[in-house]
Amino acid sequence: MNDVLDNLDVFVKGFRTTVSLTLLAAIGALLLGTLIATMRVSPVPPLRWAGAAYVRLVRNTPLTVVFFLVVFGLPEVDVKLPFFRFAVLALSIYTASFVAEAVRSGINSVPPGQAEASRSIGMTFGQTLRLVVLPQAFANIVPPLASVFIALLKNTSIASAFFVFEGVQSMNQLINAHGNAVLSIIAAAALGYLVLALVSAFLFSLLERAVSAGR
Amino acid sequence: MRSLRLISLIPATALVLSLAACGGDDNDKNVTTPVAKPSFAAGTRMADILAAGKLTVGTKFDQPLFGLKGLSGKPEGFDVEIAKLIAAKLGISEDKITFVESVSANREPFLQQKKVDMVVATYTINDKRDKIVDFAGPYFVAGQDILVAKGNPKGITGPETLKGKKTCSVSGSTPAATVQEKYGLSTSELLLVDAYSKCRDALANGQVDAVTTDNVILSGYVSEAPDKFELLGKPFSQEPYGIGIPEGQEPFCDFINKVLKDAVADGSYEKAFKATAGKVIQTTPTLPEPHGCDK
Repeated sequence: MNDVLDNLDVFVKGFRTTVSLTLLAAIGALLLGTLIATMRVSPVPPLRWAGAAYVRLVRNTPLTVVFFLVVFGLPEVDVKLPFFRFAVLALSIYTASFVAEAVRSGINSVPPGQAEASRSIGMTFGQTLRLVVLPQAFANIVPPLASVFIALLKNTSIASAFFVFEGVQSMNQLINAHGNAVLSIIAAAALGYLVLALVSAFLFSLLERAVSAGR
Repeated sequence: MRSLRLISLIPATALVLSLAACGGDDNDKNVTTPVAKPSFAAGTRMADILAAGKLTVGTKFDQPLFGLKGLSGKPEGFDVEIAKLIAAKLGISEDKITFVESVSANREPFLQQKKVDMVVATYTINDKRDKIVDFAGPYFVAGQDILVAKGNPKGITGPETLKGKKTCSVSGSTPAATVQEKYGLSTSELLLVDAYSKCRDALANGQVDAVTTDNVILSGYVSEAPDKFELLGKPFSQEPYGIGIPEGQEPFCDFINKVLKDAVADGSYEKAFKATAGKVIQTTPTLPEPHGCDK
């Protein structure tokens, strides 16, 4: 146990990166995922097809493979970014497919009369979506989004295999230095993820209460 | 199930008997042939293993030249050969050895929980590990070195010149810890992955400037692509690879050390080396001084 406490700074450093990976990728996935969900409900068929194709392709690809394609594929076409950004990109691309489905279910849960009413008072498709449908949709999908983002938090551990010093890498580093305390170090890393996941779940429950109070 | 197991013992017993009938052939240099009829004092670890008729060995499955499990489905490499040498002297034939993948993080737990009889997995002997497991050997001493792109475009001459550049190594490995602690590389200068092959690919496409780990691994990459990589060839650490066994088995440890010594004397050590790591490293190493079992 002492080996864990004495090296808390290594864990803190690693898990700080885990948190920033999660936050940045969550923002990226939310933007991209909402865009794709919008494409899927748009009146333009090619956009609908493209949105559906994205979800089918990306959601059914293992995250590790997405990482491989981003980290080793993009440099082949001369896109060279720092590895942290590559990781954010890979996580955003992957998580966006799940966000898109959650948002789409939210959009579908808004009664069609809402959209029809907006159109009848002269709103465009964009205005309808932005001012009427999406706000109601997001209020409905806070719980599934929470699951998606908690999964994202844990998925950031894949970045440990792709040049990013995050929670799992800090664990690996300590395991190597303290061969006598392997299990307690692994337990501490698990605890780290648990605490972060519980904190995010708590924040999402606050958000859930806030949006339901607003209605 | 029980009867099946008994039946399967019959041919094994017959084999042992027929081998015994040939008389102890001490000059047999074939590492794969088990010693016909080894005898061990009752109650020792060796006697237990002989009685059990099988040996479980933890090794790496992803370490070229030492323990690499390829398409054949069987791990191959110097570590594997060393395990076979020891098994043979315990009277265990090759097909009775079960190889279990031991990554760096599960070597100590496997030994502590006795899930394996021994770990031969490019396992550097160090004090912290020695507190909870015992080490026989070392059977090989590697040294940490640096791999750079052909022509050394970044002008790297040694570990002290890695600052401000991007160096790749494996997360949770001793070489990574060395450049971090001794040569002060920060986490933005030291990029870590889970397998050296990724470091090699990142070096090949210019995303990192150098790769550092034990010279034996890096040599393998140079031999694969001599037009792309070069090795500095100036090892700056000593990594004695030991054979990990559960704590408190001193006689077993002494036994392994004797097996290693004998294997050098009868040439099977050299043969094992030449068939594996020796494909890349020209000179067969001399057996390092034993680490000592009573520590």
